[in-house]
Formats: sequence, C-alpha cells, structure tokens
Amino acid sequence: MEALLDILKELHPEVDFETCDTLIDDKILDSFDIISIITSINSEYDVSIPAEEIVPENFNSAEALYDLIERLQDED
Amino acid sequence: MQQTNVLEYLEQTAPQVPDKVAYSDGTDDMTFRQVYEDARSIGTFLSRRGLYREPVVVFMTRHPRMIVSFYGVVYAGCYYVPIDEEMPKHRVALIFQNLKPRAVVCDEKTKAMLGEFSYEGDAFLYEEMTGTPAEEERLRDIRRKALDVDPLYIVFTSGSTGVPKGVVACHRSVIDYIENLSDVLEFNRDTVFGNQTPLYFDACLKELYPTLKFGATAYLIPKNLFMFPVKLVEYLNQYKINTICWVVSALTMISAFKAFDKVKPEYLHTVAFGSEVFPIKQFNIWRETLPDAKFTNLYGPTEGTGMCCYYKVDRDFALDETIPIGGPFRNTEILLLDEHDQPAKPGEPGEICIRGTSVTLGYYHNPEKTQEAFVQNPLNDAYPEIIYRTGDLARLNERGELCFLSRKDYQIKHMGHRIELGEIEVVANMMDGIQTACCIFDDDKKKIVLYYVGEASPAETVKYLKDKLPRYMIPNAVEVLDAMPLTPNSKIDRVFLKQKYQNKKA
Repeated sequence: MEALLDILKELHPEVDFETCDTLIDDKILDSFDIISIITSINSEYDVSIPAEEIVPENFNSAEALYDLIERLQDED
Repeated sequence: MQQTNVLEYLEQTAPQVPDKVAYSDGTDDMTFRQVYEDARSIGTFLSRRGLYREPVVVFMTRHPRMIVSFYGVVYAGCYYVPIDEEMPKHRVALIFQNLKPRAVVCDEKTKAMLGEFSYEGDAFLYEEMTGTPAEEERLRDIRRKALDVDPLYIVFTSGSTGVPKGVVACHRSVIDYIENLSDVLEFNRDTVFGNQTPLYFDACLKELYPTLKFGATAYLIPKNLFMFPVKLVEYLNQYKINTICWVVSALTMISAFKAFDKVKPEYLHTVAFGSEVFPIKQFNIWRETLPDAKFTNLYGPTEGTGMCCYYKVDRDFALDETIPIGGPFRNTEILLLDEHDQPAKPGEPGEICIRGTSVTLGYYHNPEKTQEAFVQNPLNDAYPEIIYRTGDLARLNERGELCFLSRKDYQIKHMGHRIELGEIEVVANMMDGIQTACCIFDDDKKKIVLYYVGEASPAETVKYLKDKLPRYMIPNAVEVLDAMPLTPNSKIDRVFLKQKYQNKKA
C-alpha cells in the first residue's frame, strides 16, 4: 500500500489519498494520471491491469486500487 | 439561392425533423425544434441589449446548451467565442484581455467563476435568455444585413510566446468546409456522431454543423470516458454511434490498452483522425478490429478553418511508413514552398501554405502576428491574395500524395545534417515495446532527446534505433515516461518535454 500511495502522491501531492474516495467523480485524476498510474503499478507490482479493469470504480480511491492489485496478483 | 449563413442549415432542417434529437450528452437531449427555438430566443434577447457585430463569449460547461448558445449569438448578428469551464484560468484571463467582451453567456457554475477574470460586462444565463419570445422582424433584419464574410466565431490557439491568438473565421469558410468535408466522409441523416473534442476548438465543427445540415445526431461523449477504454466503447455501442472524428491519442488509448479484446464497436463505420501522426502499429489494431470501416486521415490548422487536407486509407502501411495527409479538399489549394518561397521540387520538403476560401480572416486584435502568417501569395505579384503559412513541412510522395514531415521548428541541424525529429519518432513508434514516442532537440547542448512510453528499456530502444537510423539521427539521450504529457488540444506537449529536459540539466 505504501508504494501505491507514493505513486499517487507523486502525481498529486496536494491530495489526501488515504481518505479520498472520489478521485474520478471529482475529476482529481485525468487521463494522463490514469495512464501514469497503470504504468507505475505495472513496474512496481509486476501486474498489468487488463482493459476491463480500467473502470472508475477501481480508480476512485487508493484502497480500491490496492484491492485491484491484490486481486490481480492472486489471479497470477 | 446560394447559402451565405450557417444558420440556414438549421432553418432548412428543423422543419423536416423537428422531434429528432440533434445534440445529446447522453443525459440531456435537445431536439431540432428546441435548438431552433432556443437559438432564436437567445438571438432576440442579445440583440435587444444592443449587442451587434461583436464577440460574445460563451463560457459554459460542455453541454448541448452550449452549442445552442453559439447559434443564438449568431442570430443576434454577433460571433461566438467558446470558452470551457475546464480551460486553465490563466488562459481564460488572457482571452478576456484580448477580446474585452461586453457580454458573456454562461451557466450557474461558470457565472460564479467570472469574478476571477476581472470581467465587468454582462453575464447572461441560458434560461434567462430562452424565456424571451423570438422577434421575427428583428432577426430577419439582422440576417438581411449579414454577409458571408462576416465572422462566425473566434477560437483561440496557443501562441509560441504563451499568449493565445484568436483565430477569426467567417461563415463562408465554414460553409465551404462543411460542404466538402461532408462529401468526403459521406455524412447523411443516419450519421450518429460521437464528439470527443472540446467545444472551444474548431475541431468540433465536424460534428456541430453537419448535424444541422443533414438532420443527424451528435453525442457529446463525457470527457471522463476517455480514461476508461472499455466503458468508452460500450458508450459508442449504447448510442449506436457510427461516426467519430477524434484525435489520435484518444484512439490509441483504446487500442493500446487492448480494449478490443473485451468489447468491439458494433456500429462504427467511419473513423476520421488527425492532429497527430497515427503510429501504424496502433492503426493496424483499429483496422483489424473494424475491417469494413472507412478510415480517413485529416490535416489542417485552425487558421485554415477546421481541416484542409484528407486522405482516405486505401492500402496497408508498413510500420516505418506514415499515413499521408493526401490532398486538399475541393476549393482549397496547398502550395508547398521552399526556403526561397518557390514551389518545392517533387519529393522535396516545403512549407504547407493554404490558398482559398478556407483561409480564415486572421488573428483578433493582433495585426503583428496576423501579418507574419497571413501573407501575400509570393507566387502572385499581380493583385492582393492572402495565403496562410502553416509552419508545417510536407513533401509529395511518388503517388502524388502529400506527406506531413514535421513542424518547421522540429527540423533541426545536427552534426551538419538536416534532421526531421518526426522521422526518429516514426521509427521508435515501430518498436514492439514502445507505445508512443516523442523527440525533442535541446538547442543549447545540441542533443536529440527521445521520450517514450512503453516496457522497452532505453538500452533496447537505442539498439533498435541503431539498426534503423543513420548514426547522426540516434538520440543522445533516451528517457522512459509513465505517460506522454498532452496539451489541452490532446497533442503531445513538446514544450513541456523540452523544459523537463532543460530543468533536469540545470
């Protein structure tokens, strides 16, 4: 989780990712951020996020994103 | 009778399909009747307040009502200046300084934002204006005095100095463009557009006016969806969208994330793209997914009213080729001029210069910049004739098709060689582990720097480039990015990358 928070904070140091659960709904993340995050997760956690998982629900909070990573790691 | 005003599209179509949806964002629909009635009410309202032959800013959230406001401004005999709530504040402030508008059309949300721009003129809400009954006589009088060379809109493009330039386009240029674009892309009443581009660029002309001309329907796709490839394709299917004219980065986002493995567009038969070079690897994924669709490459600067060249893809391309920009639309001529302002020899690079009705009127309140780019045709010393110099370089291939090379400013001198940075990018984009690449040149240190997004390591990349390019074209530095920075226009932000490199050095 720490590594993920670092990835997110690097993009938006001003956001409290531990509590915010409206990253997409409130337009905090844009398409540039999404692509960055997917690429960083790929190199940090060695999981590639398939297209069908690139949905708002999985990106609205750090927690949701972390759940996704764990789920993808389990599937491997 | 010859058409002289874009509103004639609306007036001819609205009685034929009054209850058909013209514009929708998926939540709110507006029928042709509503568009017609609201636009005339707005025109009447603005005219009664003494606004005439002047810019009226439309500062709204992207929504069908924003489009109708454009037409309302035109009914008043004025020209619209679209500004979006998501535009950077600094940019909006500069635009207000340039325009000094007396009136702004807005919604509740943007009205609250106006205070930040030290604007003291009137601000009108949509609902406030549409309550006004249309005054037939007033509107007819305005139209009678209107000419097709009168301005229709001003849209702002970024200037190299950081001060945006307002490109003024007239009715005649837009009608010319819409007629010829519609011919080429074969729009008709069954066309369902999926609009991607913001409404504050001329790119949205492709959807707005053909919708009126044919009685088609245009969906404004929520910006949010361009982050979520599968949802985006599902949206296209949900609304049976069959025609898209998108920037390349929006298309490659879908193909690069392999969204087509999950869901395929079911109705899409016409795909136009532009503003950027389409990496062939990504393009092939699209073509394989939609073998029956027509793909058309479009090219054109805002100063040439929308797009001025097109190429209908009619053959396969090798990974190291670029898709041509083809040739000009009917009633437009492209001059390729060399550094001596003479026609470039066949196969030689020249600057793309546009001649014809599509050339816009110039930059608003900016005679200096206007005179630099809107110039007398150097091949004509007999009478005044303005052409627009794009600053883009192209050459004719063996088939007589125009091929875009690069911006004039991307052509560099390096180790005694003339290099097109775009050529290095094409080769890098061919590589398997690279999704998208961009090359910049550091003028101080005389270094070529390649930025790319992808799994390939810099070492692998350099090795690959060495196989394909002459020694002097090999980048001096190669850096991996998580994502390619984009301008508000969705083009790769080269200025940002250049600064990034220079800051890193410092």
